[in-house]
Amino acid sequence: MDFDAIDLMIMRATQAGLPLVSRPYHAIAEQLNLPVELVMARFTAMQKSGVIRRIGGVPNHYKLGYRFNGMTVWNVPDEHVDALGERIGKLPFVSHCYHRPRHLPDWNYNLFAMVHGKSQDEVNQQIAQIATLLGDFNLGNDVLYSTKILKKTGFRSGTI
Amino acid sequence: MTVNTKTYDAIDARLINHLQDGFPICDAPYLQVAHELGLTELDVLERLKNLLENGTLTRFGALYNAERMGGALTLAAIKVPEIDFETVTNIVNAFPEVAHNYARNHELNMWFVVATETPEQLTETLAAIEHKTGLRVYNMPKLNEYFVGLKLEA
Repeated sequence: MDFDAIDLMIMRATQAGLPLVSRPYHAIAEQLNLPVELVMARFTAMQKSGVIRRIGGVPNHYKLGYRFNGMTVWNVPDEHVDALGERIGKLPFVSHCYHRPRHLPDWNYNLFAMVHGKSQDEVNQQIAQIATLLGDFNLGNDVLYSTKILKKTGFRSGTI
Repeated sequence: MTVNTKTYDAIDARLINHLQDGFPICDAPYLQVAHELGLTELDVLERLKNLLENGTLTRFGALYNAERMGGALTLAAIKVPEIDFETVTNIVNAFPEVAHNYARNHELNMWFVVATETPEQLTETLAAIEHKTGLRVYNMPKLNEYFVGLKLEA
């Protein structure tokens, strides 16, 4: 099923979050004047098709005490990137893990993993753990820390 | 960093971790989550309210995937000469399509997320940023996304 006008209504109504009431889907249905069965069916369908990645909480890592947030970047052989990305994503301290294109010769890294630690030491250990996991497939790596937030809007798709 | 500013307790951590694995679509989903965790529905609702209010959670709800709705999203980077950093920041930030922008400690020292309603607009926006800044934009759209299982320590 393609994303349609009803899905768009539901998305707009819930972009800021799900209502914190006992029957949240009923509350959305009432607000949009739609049958609750339809609202729940659309949520299920959107989740199945990937329009909704998941329903859940988005933690603020900084508030949680994870003050050290590193964008780790890795050069791994392209033919192994998917298998390695799946394994790195499963590490408990990784919040995002993506395959991205290289830009040779300036940028050799094709695998990105955001890691979060409570100290620089902890992040260094996390990086070492990823390096161990990659073994000989690690052809080079780096870590970039944000030194300043230049812009942050209310943008909410959650798929950076 | 010795100040204890913990904004959540062990039960909150269990709740947040549990919700990382998904939230039910049913008549009374908070009640179902409460049952799974041995809590009351009221407790789950109160804890979520509190976690949102104190900023431990930035939001709670459905995470929509812009690309699947026909939109486009990318991560892009620029090597900005230090002396021009403020000027380039102002140019890049002026684009409403630029959602987030971070300075990072690398030769590629500016990293930003661009979100548009169509893939064509994304290409146009990146070209316009190159044109206005006179700098090369390194476009790094995600080619694949891997499942993550981030868990908090209780």
